[in-house]
Amino acid sequence: MTKTFPIAGMHCASCAVNIQRVLRKTPGVVAATVNYATEKANVEYDPAQTDEMKMGEAIKPLGYELVTEQQMDVVTEKKNNEVNRWKWKFIVGGVISVISIWGSFTGMNWGILLVLATISQFGVGWDFYKTTWASLQNRMANMDTLIAIGTSVAYGYSAAITLFGIKGEPYFDTSVTIIALIVLGKWLEARARGKTSEAIKRLMGLQPKTAKVIRGDREFEIRIDEIVVGDKIRVRPGEKVPVDGVVESGETSIDESMVTGESIPVYRHDGDAVIGGTLNTSGTIIFVAKKVGSETMLAQIIKLVEEAQASRAPIQKLVDVISGYFVPVVLMISVATFAGWYVFGPSTSSGLLGMLAGIAVLIIACPCALGLATPTALVVGTGLAAQHGILIKDAQNLEVAYKINHVIFDKTGTLTEGKPVVTDIKGGDEVLKLAASLEAGSEHPLARAILDAAEKAALKLERVEKFEGLAGEGVKGIINKKEYRLGKPLAETDEVKKMESEGKTVVVLGTKGKVLGVIAIADTVRETAKEAVAQLQKQKIEVSLLTGDNPRTAAAIAKQLGIKRYFAQVKPADKEKAVRQLQGEGKIVAMVGDGVNDAPALSAADVGIAMATGTDVAMEAAGITLVNRDLKSIPLALKLSRSTLRTIKTNLFWAFAYNVVLIPVAALGILSPILASAAMATSSLSVVGNSLLLKKVKL
Amino acid sequence: MLTGALGLIGFIYWFFLGKRDEAGEITTNVKVKVAGGYSPALVRIPAGKEVTITLTRTDPTDCLEEFTIPDLKIKKSLPMGEEVVLKLKISKRGEYPWHCGMNMYHGKLIAV
Repeated sequence: MTKTFPIAGMHCASCAVNIQRVLRKTPGVVAATVNYATEKANVEYDPAQTDEMKMGEAIKPLGYELVTEQQMDVVTEKKNNEVNRWKWKFIVGGVISVISIWGSFTGMNWGILLVLATISQFGVGWDFYKTTWASLQNRMANMDTLIAIGTSVAYGYSAAITLFGIKGEPYFDTSVTIIALIVLGKWLEARARGKTSEAIKRLMGLQPKTAKVIRGDREFEIRIDEIVVGDKIRVRPGEKVPVDGVVESGETSIDESMVTGESIPVYRHDGDAVIGGTLNTSGTIIFVAKKVGSETMLAQIIKLVEEAQASRAPIQKLVDVISGYFVPVVLMISVATFAGWYVFGPSTSSGLLGMLAGIAVLIIACPCALGLATPTALVVGTGLAAQHGILIKDAQNLEVAYKINHVIFDKTGTLTEGKPVVTDIKGGDEVLKLAASLEAGSEHPLARAILDAAEKAALKLERVEKFEGLAGEGVKGIINKKEYRLGKPLAETDEVKKMESEGKTVVVLGTKGKVLGVIAIADTVRETAKEAVAQLQKQKIEVSLLTGDNPRTAAAIAKQLGIKRYFAQVKPADKEKAVRQLQGEGKIVAMVGDGVNDAPALSAADVGIAMATGTDVAMEAAGITLVNRDLKSIPLALKLSRSTLRTIKTNLFWAFAYNVVLIPVAALGILSPILASAAMATSSLSVVGNSLLLKKVKL
Repeated sequence: MLTGALGLIGFIYWFFLGKRDEAGEITTNVKVKVAGGYSPALVRIPAGKEVTITLTRTDPTDCLEEFTIPDLKIKKSLPMGEEVVLKLKISKRGEYPWHCGMNMYHGKLIAV
């Protein structure tokens, strides 16, 4: 049996050698190789003699850990435990709080109230102390520090009155209720925060755990990380495609919606690509694995989304600065509040009022809401985009996408299918044969169209001598001792003009300045192109077209799609210039291209939007990658960016306004500490809740 | 009373805002304790070399569960009591701040 295990704790290449040595010595292990780069061990072993546990035990003394499948689920379980822990704390704290409030109104014995408050303070609220102590050792402070100090003052004051008979009324209900409400806030927040990252969890859950591999004449089930490139894999109806590959035999329709966002199942037969994580719905296929592990499309998508969610939004800058000073400043305000009341307050109870106001200041301050404002919205927004087959590279691109007011489309392969076909031939098969002979071996899309047409007509190609490419103009060569030229029309005849105004690209075959024939080639406009353009224009975004075609062809296609502005006869190297020209006009430009040939233009644009090619989604130059290759995703992506940024802004506004308004209110003594804790508990929750509302955006 | 309050405010300022983080030696292998913040909170690493950062969280505060270095687009979950190993190579010199999930605890990588 051969299995691959992740190894934790490796920090150098020699670690790999050490682990390998120990594993090989372990009884039952036949062979073992450890890869430092991937942090994985590939072990062939006899299950009768050894198992994962035993191998893990063997390498543990060296300081490494063998990660088994069960352990991977532990992380999720721990998260659930955390949510449950807060829940139970709230139940205990809540019951104590209700009894204490009731007790303080009905004149319950102070001793009983003290016991209850002590349980709440050091039982339910123990975490606040623990964190505070750890923070103070680093000379740092956080929200827990404020809560620990605030509740301790209320508790200490009340305990002193109860125990030492000092004149005054205890405030046990204050400390216990603050703790109960804060814990309630933490519980709800922990639950809600889990929901923000649902999208990425769903993506991670797409990959099946095992696959049925055919090696030699045997078919057996292996774990997904044991699949190697070249393995033949059988997928039956209802099963998931485990990794990326190409169909070798069989036919089926596959639901790719979960990975690419493409809602209609796609038909796949031999030679077609299949994507790991997608669902096989109807037939059985055998396919050859082409990409495994971190190379698969799904793994790349997950990586991109994770990276985007970790990135920094420029809008966040102010928060970064404030957060470093927040808690110490609140502590200082609290001290000043107490002193202010003590010195300037009404004489009889100014100390007590000062204390309550000081506590209210500590409790109401909520740095969490500020901290959560941007990341939670970012996580929901990018996750939602990924579900629709839109990958946003990072927060920065999202923030710029919000401002886009001009989208420029590259024509070939973006607005059109990128598979031009010959539509008209003037001059018959002879012209097509000569043209195809001249273009033989060329990979240019127009050449491909001519060659395909010749192949379809079963024409036999001629041998070409002295072939020469005329940069941007066409080609020439000698066939049967006669020189031919194939390329752009040298003269604009009515015939040429007519074809071009129909959006066709025209090439002319000539010899010695005499025109022998004309071939018109057209590229099919994508079905969704017109609608995508219309939707963008509805969003008040200008649209333009970029093409190497002559102005007449460009104008025809632009008209067909409802685009008013076009850049014609643009050489590939000059696409970038067109983008810069638009930027020079003060426009914030998104460029849509294919990600490979258009890389410089995509980089030059404020946001580059690329169509994924095949299963490759990691495009360096693109800020947004469309996995689904659907043009309608462009207006969608821009809309989603706007919604996400709006959510970030609302979150930040509320988080700032909350603190700026309520801290002075608390200092003035208008707000009781209990109300302060209720406000505080709802503040971060409302920020997370507002981010979750993004899921409701109509897309 | 006022003098006392001013003194306390001064102390709070000195204690929290007046501290200077000491950056240790340049290292390629560092263990960071995650409890009430990060220690060390300043880590100097050589630019262009692979470095290993091992984070261990022993503090239950939920915000510390998330560890983010935004400029490197790194976000890691730090389960309680477990060592999380981070391998990275920074080719560009400069400061790379990190923070917890709520942006309350901070630290910094300095690539030199």
